[in-house]
Amino acid sequence: MSARDDIFANIRRSLGVKGSDTIRRQMVTERLERAPKGVIPERGQVSGDERIALFKTMVETSLATVTEVASPAEVPQSIALFLRNHNLPATLRMGDDPRLRAMPWSETALEIAHGPSEGNDLNAVSHAFGGIAESGTLAMVSGPENPSTLNFLPDNHIIVVSAKDIARDYESVWNRVRFAYGKGGMPRTVNWITGPSRSGDIEQTLLLGAHGPRRLHVVVVRD
Amino acid sequence: MTVHTTSPQFKKNAAQALGDAQLQKALGNVKQGFIDKRVKAAEKLPEFEALRDSARDIKDHTLRHLDLYLETYEDKVKASGGHVHFARNAEEARSIILGICREAGARTVTKGKSMISEEIGINHHLEAHGIVPVETDLGEYIIQLRNELPSHIIAPAVHLNATQVEQDFRRVHTHLDAKRDLSEPVQLLTEARAVLRERFLAADVGITGANFLVAETGTSVIVTNEGNGDLTQILPKTHIVLASIEKLVPTLEDVSQILRVLARSATGQELSVYTTFSTGPRRPGDADGPENYHVVILDNGRSSMLGTSFEEMLRCIRCGACMNHCPVYHAVGGHAYGWVYPGPMGAVLTPTLIGVDKAGHLPNASTFCGRCESVCPVRIPLPKLMRHWREREFERHLSPATVRSGIKTWGFFAKRPALYRLATRAAMGALGLAGRGKGRFAWLPLAKGWTKYRDFPAPQGETFQARWRRERKGRAA
Repeated sequence: MSARDDIFANIRRSLGVKGSDTIRRQMVTERLERAPKGVIPERGQVSGDERIALFKTMVETSLATVTEVASPAEVPQSIALFLRNHNLPATLRMGDDPRLRAMPWSETALEIAHGPSEGNDLNAVSHAFGGIAESGTLAMVSGPENPSTLNFLPDNHIIVVSAKDIARDYESVWNRVRFAYGKGGMPRTVNWITGPSRSGDIEQTLLLGAHGPRRLHVVVVRD
Repeated sequence: MTVHTTSPQFKKNAAQALGDAQLQKALGNVKQGFIDKRVKAAEKLPEFEALRDSARDIKDHTLRHLDLYLETYEDKVKASGGHVHFARNAEEARSIILGICREAGARTVTKGKSMISEEIGINHHLEAHGIVPVETDLGEYIIQLRNELPSHIIAPAVHLNATQVEQDFRRVHTHLDAKRDLSEPVQLLTEARAVLRERFLAADVGITGANFLVAETGTSVIVTNEGNGDLTQILPKTHIVLASIEKLVPTLEDVSQILRVLARSATGQELSVYTTFSTGPRRPGDADGPENYHVVILDNGRSSMLGTSFEEMLRCIRCGACMNHCPVYHAVGGHAYGWVYPGPMGAVLTPTLIGVDKAGHLPNASTFCGRCESVCPVRIPLPKLMRHWREREFERHLSPATVRSGIKTWGFFAKRPALYRLATRAAMGALGLAGRGKGRFAWLPLAKGWTKYRDFPAPQGETFQARWRRERKGRAA
């Protein structure tokens, strides 16, 4: 018997069940179909400005920084200012995200590069699929628009998120993923990012910038 | 058995650990840090206890239907272009992984932290076949340099102090300036980051574990704070996920429930920094990501735990809260347990994986204080399961003759209440009388194990049962 068949047989023997049992199968199909939510914390269940405010507070709790701009057109200036304030070079790598591409980068002195990172970039910007107010988490999906390497290789990662995409909870983001990719479908990678990279492995002391970005900066776009 | 075990000599290990000043200093960090952080995180979330119930129920439901969820998961991975391999035991898992690495022409392999990779001893196997495995989690990297096992499931190097890490870095990173300053922990981190960045970019294969496998979507989920797991899986051409059968959960909603208790229980964070959901290899148009995606699903004795009292142990999500709160772990650290999994969860799991004949001491290394169960996010009754092991050890005549005869003698009296009362009254009365002067004994027959280290307080002359009856009568009157 193959390892696979052996393992399945042993699971069924231990559970005292048969693979052909239709009632169990129905329960599983129904559960996958219905995807019950379980217990959703009250904390994130707020709307409008209150939700944006909660998101920003939680982002800061995760040791990232956050700023807000009134429109997409203000994003380049805001990022240029962030880099200047931290004495960082005026370079920036990004993918092919149409929302980022449409922004007026030429109004700044930033030197822009496109495509995935090969590990030598100081600064990168990505556009989030959404934000989660409950925990201050950014949800990123992979693809040519926002290559996953930009989330991890640069020293300083800037994430742009639309205020309208900031959801109450993780479950609301999964609903949007299902809407975009079909039920049971997924992007190759979904990254939830909650703060800059860190490690506590040496004497349980919290240190930022382990292998991923040392700094995480979030730009919330109203409008 | 795949990894060398010193579990049979737990008593010797524990004695050594208690006398190890460096270790005792490092263990102080466990006692202070983790406990406070967990309490604060739990207090900030009113639904925390309800979420623990929810997490327990999800895992129980999945385990009762594990065959079906595994089938669904397998179909979904294949549909997304990935490969699924099943391994009955460590040996099969090792040979599958070696095969994939050879097919990829791998010279170096980066690794995200995975307890199962420790369980199957993959590093030594790869090395023996000319492939260099590189641990990339900072703690795992440090213990790999020292050729040690992790001493904690989420903080592998918690038994070390910064000066020891500095010595290891100087010993191994000989290409760097010998006079460089490494006196601050942040300098150690920066050095490891630079050294490992090269390794990430050069690796041919990346191996990660999985915190969860999602049946609904065929997704593997990893949780890290460093980002090392992500660099391990997006940079090389081939990504291998190594996971055991009990990591299955039905849906994305179910993962989200359990994630709400995982980081809070482990490090007191709201959520770990990086939670990554991976489904299959690189898609058309993708600019990065692995071209090949393999999942190796390991049984290694777990399917036989289903349907037994140890089924509950398969709920474990490897947060480490049980060891963070364990007075025995605080005293002796993780290495004394002698194998891959330490602390209360290790005391239950290790005997199932390497045999109670080898690991019988571990479930005995507990005061049954119950703190582990009280903090377990999926409410595993760890003391009860340890007790089950003690019973099995007794039934199989594995416990020492003195213990067995002692328990038998006690059992004889315990089954005869009148005789028990008489005997204890006589014994307590006699001891109370004999100890009246000093109030304590420096030596007692049959109690050398106690009196060797501390005095035995003299009884007050009355048994507990007698006092209970007297005070109850007093209250009733």
